[in-house]
Amino acid sequence: MQDNVGQSIKRLESESKVSGELKYLSDLKLPGMLHCKALRSPYAHARIVRIDSQRAAKFSGVEGVLTRDDMVDNPHFDSHYGPVLKDQTVVALDKVRYVGDLVAAVAATRLDIAEEALDLIEVEYEELGAVFSFEEALAENAPLLHEQVSKPEHGFVDLADVNPVEGTNICTTFHLSKGDLEKGFQNSDFVFENVFTCPSAQHAALETLCAVARLERNGGLTIWSTVQNPFVIRDQIAELFHLPVSKVRVIALNIGGGYGSKLYPKLEPLVAALAWKTRKPVGLTLTREEVFQTITKHAAEIHLKTGVTREGRLLARQCRIYLDTGAYAEIGPRVAKKSGYTAAGPYNIPNIQIDSCLVYTNKVPAGAFRGFGVSQSAWAHESEMDLIARALQMDPLELRQKNLLEEGGEFATGEHVHSFGLRQCVERVASALQWGEKCPPPPQKHLARGKGMACLIKATITPSISSALVRLNEDGSATVYVGTADVGQGSDTIMAQIVSQELAIPVTHVQVVHSDTDLCLYDLTTSSSRSTFHMGRAVQLAAQDIRRQLACLAGRLWNCPVEEVLFANQGVRCVVNDVVHAASYRNLLSASFGIKGANLVGKGTVKTEAVQRNGEPLTSAFWFAGAGAAEVEVDRETGSVRVVRYASAADVGKAINPFFCEQQLKGGAITGIGLALMEQLVYQDGLLINPNFLDYNLARFLDIPEEIIPILVERAHEEGPYGAKGVGETALIPVAPAIANAIEDAVGVRVTDLPITPEKVLRALQEKEQKAQLLEGPTPGRS
Amino acid sequence: MTRKKIILSVNGVRNEIEVEAKETLLETLRNRLDLTGAKLGCDQQVCGSCTVLMNDLPVSSCSVLAMDADGCEILTVEGLGAGGALHPIQQAFIEHGAFQCAYCTPGLILAVKYLLSRFPRPTEPQLRHYLAGNICRCGCHVEILQAVRSLARRAQENQL
Repeated sequence: MQDNVGQSIKRLESESKVSGELKYLSDLKLPGMLHCKALRSPYAHARIVRIDSQRAAKFSGVEGVLTRDDMVDNPHFDSHYGPVLKDQTVVALDKVRYVGDLVAAVAATRLDIAEEALDLIEVEYEELGAVFSFEEALAENAPLLHEQVSKPEHGFVDLADVNPVEGTNICTTFHLSKGDLEKGFQNSDFVFENVFTCPSAQHAALETLCAVARLERNGGLTIWSTVQNPFVIRDQIAELFHLPVSKVRVIALNIGGGYGSKLYPKLEPLVAALAWKTRKPVGLTLTREEVFQTITKHAAEIHLKTGVTREGRLLARQCRIYLDTGAYAEIGPRVAKKSGYTAAGPYNIPNIQIDSCLVYTNKVPAGAFRGFGVSQSAWAHESEMDLIARALQMDPLELRQKNLLEEGGEFATGEHVHSFGLRQCVERVASALQWGEKCPPPPQKHLARGKGMACLIKATITPSISSALVRLNEDGSATVYVGTADVGQGSDTIMAQIVSQELAIPVTHVQVVHSDTDLCLYDLTTSSSRSTFHMGRAVQLAAQDIRRQLACLAGRLWNCPVEEVLFANQGVRCVVNDVVHAASYRNLLSASFGIKGANLVGKGTVKTEAVQRNGEPLTSAFWFAGAGAAEVEVDRETGSVRVVRYASAADVGKAINPFFCEQQLKGGAITGIGLALMEQLVYQDGLLINPNFLDYNLARFLDIPEEIIPILVERAHEEGPYGAKGVGETALIPVAPAIANAIEDAVGVRVTDLPITPEKVLRALQEKEQKAQLLEGPTPGRS
Repeated sequence: MTRKKIILSVNGVRNEIEVEAKETLLETLRNRLDLTGAKLGCDQQVCGSCTVLMNDLPVSSCSVLAMDADGCEILTVEGLGAGGALHPIQQAFIEHGAFQCAYCTPGLILAVKYLLSRFPRPTEPQLRHYLAGNICRCGCHVEILQAVRSLARRAQENQL
């Protein structure tokens, strides 16, 4: 069958996407829906002395104003929430912690009325000292963002050890060590020490954040939201409003891009509280500027110290990582952990010490961002690899090959990695760019070309759980229910392909119902590149459950052993005493039940554990390996960098839809190019000064390389569906270091702080020239 | 609030609509005519997701006042294709898988329509230059370029 696993079929919703008919949340209106606008803090850190919303509440068209007064001793809902630490409030209580923090919100019959009414809310602030950098936040006697933080009663299992350090701005720390670090350094011939930094950045999903809440007659809440993990929202809202989860329904429609920005509560507590207060549906769609003020990527400062032998064997590596999580923890603690695990890189290093420190500052909160902190740590370890190679006068490819973590190799946690095709990824990106061959010099003298590479290892959230339902309808078609949100990656199509494969029905006969907490079984999240591996496998198990039921029905009908029942062409077949019995699913169902209308329901669950069967820890249900290689052209006169060619490789286990996998590799590379060369949030005294697409640049058509080469490596994982793993985050991670390494190859300068702007390259070139002149002394004949 | 009746021909249908002074063309299309194909992305004329054709020229409908569109012919993504069939540009986007989340797709399709109306066989720099006003954050640029090149090739074959 053409529709099955391994085929690059088109997205099932393709026609509605090109016709403009596909509905995103902001395209829909509920009857009687009120429009919400939020009042945001103009101060980075301030105490709220007084807040008076009476005038706003009386303004014609205003149906409700939400302030801290609604939070105090309200038996219906709590004030605090947060996925890991309960440090967020529906609106500000005693103080505000960043410019843009939620102070109050208005629900009105029209958006412009809500906007006007904001001006009528009187707020008196008393400004407090604020911290904007790691140094300021970690200084002794620094002003504290949170005096006290509590943990949720039922938090994430993988983050149970998160603990804020009281009396400081440290949100959490992470520590991992292996071997004897000091001995490792002592035995090394050379020790390298470098600091790498990356700025805060934006996800820039084109669809902004949007949420709608409706209070139901029975006291329940229905919430539509642009959210990648509806079950987490359901649980958070249920806890906040003291409701059983059965009374909270969260629905995510198709989403206009997420990249991590649409995870965990953002607007839902606010619209739910206003819906509760006004007893009417309330909708809030953020402006672009407000999205910039809601969630960002963690800025990071990474200190690496690496001990190496003369032959290029890595003996010891110490990593100190500082991550700026802004004013609230959000999912920062998981980012700290994820970036921590892999901070030493995908190498076989006997002595490792890793310390991550997640720091609160008075800036926009940072959360999940495609790569979950690993793009930050890879920026450091992959830049450092090339610095080491250069110092040892060794080919960077050879240095990596000497130290790569191989199949069965021991990771920093002591566990052994499996289904890990890293070497193939590295070697295939190298050969795709003719590694070892010099780039032909461009005709213009001021241009220079070079090549660079980088590789990575990343973990997926473990332990976690996903369940799926498949319903075989009376006519032999199937409906599959998955909590996975389709953010554009094509998960609906992948799930349909799996059902099609297992039940031998055309993919067009499979309907996917997604991301609705009332209809679907629990799924932890659509993130961490986990959906194909977890939900895909759950769907496969659910479909296999149906096959077992069908085999039983056929066995009973034809008096044949169930294991001899075959599945093909939307039906079952069995040979009994040389007599061929065959029936379509439709006929089998009606013959077995004696009535039209009998359905079968199959269920599948995937649950991963933190410990393997052999007793080793399991940090990640599967590991992703990947690599990228860039050929760049640097303009010596302007410092500008152009990526000419880029090769992007990932070990996907098994490509269920090869085209979709390649799209992730190409798309991740393109986003990565933007992050490497231009993206950066700029703050001035705590005020984000470029919260829009005019001042915050993204990669556009003019920045796209002449050629992007996607490379799929398939080293099957025994627990993934057909061997499949995940691919959503892999490609973005190695881009920035691959480009930085290529720049050094081209013009001999190193940039260690992202983004690599023309100014930085030019300055580095000038410094290099000055240094060379100093060494040479004054040139004769020059005045 | 100042209101004015304007005449807007959208996808070949004449509409008489009363609009407000500060209302944008995008708001009129989405809120009054239920044409939600054009999307709000940046609200600043730089992302292209609200692109529609106004008298055959591409505009960012988030930054055009509805009153300024009085008497104009507007084409939105909903007006492409005929009799329920998809337009060749839409077909090419499907054929080359030129989208992921597709939030940018309606705007991009109209930008491509304008590009091909000016240059049926665009050069590579023309292609990239004319589409540079449309952001695709999923990073489907390679597939989009392939889709447009395939249309250019077809235009060339039809001419030969």
